Amino acid sequence: MIRFYGVTKIYPNGVKALDNVNLHIRKGEFLFLVGPSGAGKTTLTRLIFREELPTRGQVLFNGKNVARLRSREVPYLRRKIGMVFQDFRLLPQKTVFENVAFALEVTGASSREIKRRVPEVLKLVGLEGKAGVLPAQLSGGEQQRVGIARAIVNNPVLLIADEPTGNLDPETSWELMELFQKINNNGTTILMVTHARDIVDAMKKRVVALESGRIVRDEEGGGYRNEV
Amino acid sequence: MRFRTLVYYFREAFLSIFRNSWLSLAAVGTVTISLLILGCSLLLVVNTDRLADQLESSLEISVFLKDGLKQEEIRELNDKIRFLPGVVQVQFISKEEALEEMRRSFGPRKEILDGLEEDNPLPDTFRIKAWRADQVVEVARKVASMDGVEDVRYGQGVVERLVVVTHWVRVAGIGAMILVGAAAVFLISTTIRLSVFARRREIGIMKYLGATNWFVRFPFLIEGMVLGLLGSLLAAVLVYAGYFSLVEHLARVMPFIPLVSDGQVVFSLLGGLVGLGLIIGALGSAISIHRFLNV
Repeated sequence: MIRFYGVTKIYPNGVKALDNVNLHIRKGEFLFLVGPSGAGKTTLTRLIFREELPTRGQVLFNGKNVARLRSREVPYLRRKIGMVFQDFRLLPQKTVFENVAFALEVTGASSREIKRRVPEVLKLVGLEGKAGVLPAQLSGGEQQRVGIARAIVNNPVLLIADEPTGNLDPETSWELMELFQKINNNGTTILMVTHARDIVDAMKKRVVALESGRIVRDEEGGGYRNEV
Repeated sequence: MRFRTLVYYFREAFLSIFRNSWLSLAAVGTVTISLLILGCSLLLVVNTDRLADQLESSLEISVFLKDGLKQEEIRELNDKIRFLPGVVQVQFISKEEALEEMRRSFGPRKEILDGLEEDNPLPDTFRIKAWRADQVVEVARKVASMDGVEDVRYGQGVVERLVVVTHWVRVAGIGAMILVGAAAVFLISTTIRLSVFARRREIGIMKYLGATNWFVRFPFLIEGMVLGLLGSLLAAVLVYAGYFSLVEHLARVMPFIPLVSDGQVVFSLLGGLVGLGLIIGALGSAISIHRFLNV
């Protein structure tokens, strides 16, 4: 589904974030992207999302060169990709329902669609009773569930989660991982950037490790570190 | 476009307007002022144009005679004028008739002229109608050189002066309007810039959710246009109320000054003001959307 061919990304300030990366993410996969800070993990997700353009090489999304998309086609690429952030990025003045509905509103969905789809997704993430609540009244784990609901409400083919449990305690993190697994079981490909070593070790998924912009390891069912 | 999306655009636009209510008010105010200036000068231009037209179309020369001419002298003058080339009609109006005519034109206020019969300041007058406008000057020049003629007046000079005045009113009005209009555009773009900054976070999230550029831009465009519309509506109402009370007032005190009061002209002018307000608003938001909304 997503292919990186010899992708190098050098930022205008001269920092080489990615260095000749080749990677193939298959449909339905659950992939952990690990590595120290500054290794290029976030840059890699940004290239898929077309927030950045590669300096060299190609990023293909369903066979299409992402860099070649016209700027008016970019929003339609992004609707196929759900994003989950470490800091949740919810709108504080909107309720849980409105935050999730916002993702549909932005795509010009009808009221009927919104009324049907939002409760469905809130139920999936386990927030049925919290639709009318403001994000500030929720725990961190619940807020991230809202973030996940918003990311999947458009039925994306790929879910990119950038350290989704980075601000959460271990127990909450595990509950969220179960949710991610459920979403993955429904067929959504998941690319998760994380530092949560025990989670990576326990989940036994494909692990891609980056270091200084290079892929240093890519193994199925691997652990956070090589020696595991 | 879905109805819900439209509702969303307008809701966001109005939320922003109320969030920056003071700046919004200032923006609306400058739009109003600039369009007031434009509206007033346009009305002045329309009226002077109308007046010039009327004067030109009358092709009339007034010949004021010296006081104390004898009947025969007047008759002789009358004959001489009648046979000048280009003259169609000559009408003699005595001092008394002139006073009566003026009295009529004053309508209900005619008492002002009471008591003037004793010492009538108005001269005996010939009114000459010329065949064509371009003959007026020639006829007037010839008549002016005749004995017993005190003064000759004809529309031409007035018309030319009116044209000059109209020209300057137009230039000054449009100049002032452009200056204040530029200020209005600037203030609207500042308002929109603040709105963009206030909603930066939201805009960022919208981009992640796959909002098209126009979806992000539209509320801001609407916000600017609503500000322009409010300002122009206010200006239109003020111009309308002010002008028609002036028309009414003048009709009572100075009935001989004809003001343009037909709805067609005035309303299309007001419509133009509102349209221009929308354009000012759209321009102001377009500037800020272009500069501060990197979508």
